[in-house]
Amino acid sequence: MNTMKTTMAGLMAAAWIAGTALAGDANRIVVDGSTTVGPIAKAFAEHYMEKNPGVNVTVSESGSGNGAKSLVNAACDVATMSRPMKNSEKKAARDAGILPIEHVVAMDGIALAVHKSNPIADLTVEQIRDVYAGKIRRWSELGGPDQPIVAISRDTNSGTYECFETLVMNQQKMGEKVEYVGSNGAIRQRVMSTPGAIGYVGLAFTEGVKTVTVEGVEATPETVVAKEYPIARPLYMYTNGRPKAGTPLADFAGLSGTPEGKQMIADTGFVPLP
Amino acid sequence: MDGSARERGSLRLSRGTRRRQRLAAAAGQLFLLAVTSLSALAVFAIFYFIARDAIPFFRLEGFKEFFTSTRWYPSAEQAEFGALAIFVGSGLVTLGAALVAVPLGIAAAVCLSDVLPFSARQVVKPVIEMLAAIPSVAYGFFALVVLAPLLQRSGGPVLAAAAWIVGAPVAALLAFILSDLLADRFPERAQRRARWAFLILLGSGAVAALSVAGRALSGLEIPSGTNALNVSLILGIMALPTVVSVSEDALQAAGRELREGSYALGATRAETLLRTILPAARSGILAAVILGIMRAIGETMVVWMASGNASQIPEPWYNLLEPVRTLTATIAGDMGEADHVTGSARYHVLFAMALCLLTVSFLCNLGSEWVLRRTRRKAGG
Repeated sequence: MNTMKTTMAGLMAAAWIAGTALAGDANRIVVDGSTTVGPIAKAFAEHYMEKNPGVNVTVSESGSGNGAKSLVNAACDVATMSRPMKNSEKKAARDAGILPIEHVVAMDGIALAVHKSNPIADLTVEQIRDVYAGKIRRWSELGGPDQPIVAISRDTNSGTYECFETLVMNQQKMGEKVEYVGSNGAIRQRVMSTPGAIGYVGLAFTEGVKTVTVEGVEATPETVVAKEYPIARPLYMYTNGRPKAGTPLADFAGLSGTPEGKQMIADTGFVPLP
Repeated sequence: MDGSARERGSLRLSRGTRRRQRLAAAAGQLFLLAVTSLSALAVFAIFYFIARDAIPFFRLEGFKEFFTSTRWYPSAEQAEFGALAIFVGSGLVTLGAALVAVPLGIAAAVCLSDVLPFSARQVVKPVIEMLAAIPSVAYGFFALVVLAPLLQRSGGPVLAAAAWIVGAPVAALLAFILSDLLADRFPERAQRRARWAFLILLGSGAVAALSVAGRALSGLEIPSGTNALNVSLILGIMALPTVVSVSEDALQAAGRELREGSYALGATRAETLLRTILPAARSGILAAVILGIMRAIGETMVVWMASGNASQIPEPWYNLLEPVRTLTATIAGDMGEADHVTGSARYHVLFAMALCLLTVSFLCNLGSEWVLRRTRRKAGG
């Protein structure tokens, strides 16, 4: 076991050194950061390596904060983040001689889904928060039928949960009656078959359920891009300085603007920018 | 001379051959010893590695919150690791599964070993054992897609029907037995009439009680079908083959002599079963029950898919219609994001839970071992 541990540690150290040394190598792109943006980065990486066999792209998902740290330490070329870089992180970067440049790659929007028979058409963010915090327990309190609300959430591992927690819950904690399921599809399944249910899903998972408008705005790719829909956020990639046109890094970071890139973003359940 | 030497060699082994044989035997024994101790070593290794990752949690967060608080927010900025509700959830679901699997399993085992004809047993037993071959994710899918919507749509009537289906035969059996026992106290001439009178009285009482219970149940509304009841039913069915198989073996092992002796003393089949065979097979049946419970407590996929995973203690605690969260589902569901590189409390808390689970099944095993040994000594002395 000890030898294995040593080997593992050795490998990790080697990977770290390689990552540090090779960030900046023109034919190698190291991507690190958010688990939410991970699927997009992975799709981009696969696509890009297929088109450019000479370039090696590695994608890790260690969280937005760790992505920023990696960029500051020059351990990665692209930091993926599901939130903008904080001022403290920008300052740390400047001190290290790194100039983080922001690229918005896609939008992440979350639709609120209820059962088809539910007459509720619109909810405010505050009402949604109260439902999930357990302060509102019956639909009648929201002008609906007199039945208990079954609030369904994604598991705490998911980027969707993180997004919902950030944009809706506003430091409040989920109520104890909130049920947790493991995927967008499972939420849709539960909401489809449960008259009293409410759940939140990525925009690509609204078939078969009724989506309610939030603050009067319908959740569509258009309203998400226009930043009218309140439960939406941009997803970022950060690079050190603006990559020179024609380099693999510039091509990779620019993928989100190409038709193939937009298709890949839509396929992973996010909203591409127009 | 050549011939005689060869003949002697074939009868008596040379020293070299003998040494080789001894070495081969030793190597074989060593190999078998290694294989046997490997499984024992695996248990110790699992204990060691889980404990090694669990202890940092208790060092970081202490014991109090983990065992006494019901607030489970491992991902929050101010993380809270109160696992009491999760322990209660695991216990509740296991209790529910035992309520389903134990009576059903023992009844089925008795039926298989002593009631059904041999040809029917040849068909029924493999079918029951087939339940064990269904992958748990298939059970989970069934629970989520079929059972949960059914409970939500018509949970009350379904429960009422279930109460009748389970309650009616049990009530009929009890009414017969009780009326027999009560009638025995009457003088011989009145016994027949008294038996009928008691039977009608007890039977109508049971019907009245059942219809009251049925009406109460059919009025129930189940807002969320992914709850402790759903999971208990499915886990009970999953534990059934274990309980049936092991207790049927125990009943068979009670032996033909015991049964024939009982019949020879004039006992009926029911008396033989209840007074002789079941007590004789008691320890085996208890082992079956414990194995079944351990099957239910360790199941992960079904509870993750269909228990609702809400970290709460139901109100009141035995309310099976509320969603609950179990230890296994929490470990499986929270593992993905828990960061093992930084070694956060969020990662180690899952190992603390695993250690608790492991301890529980270890104690279960010890308990069953103790019971077995005690009954064996009693039977021997």
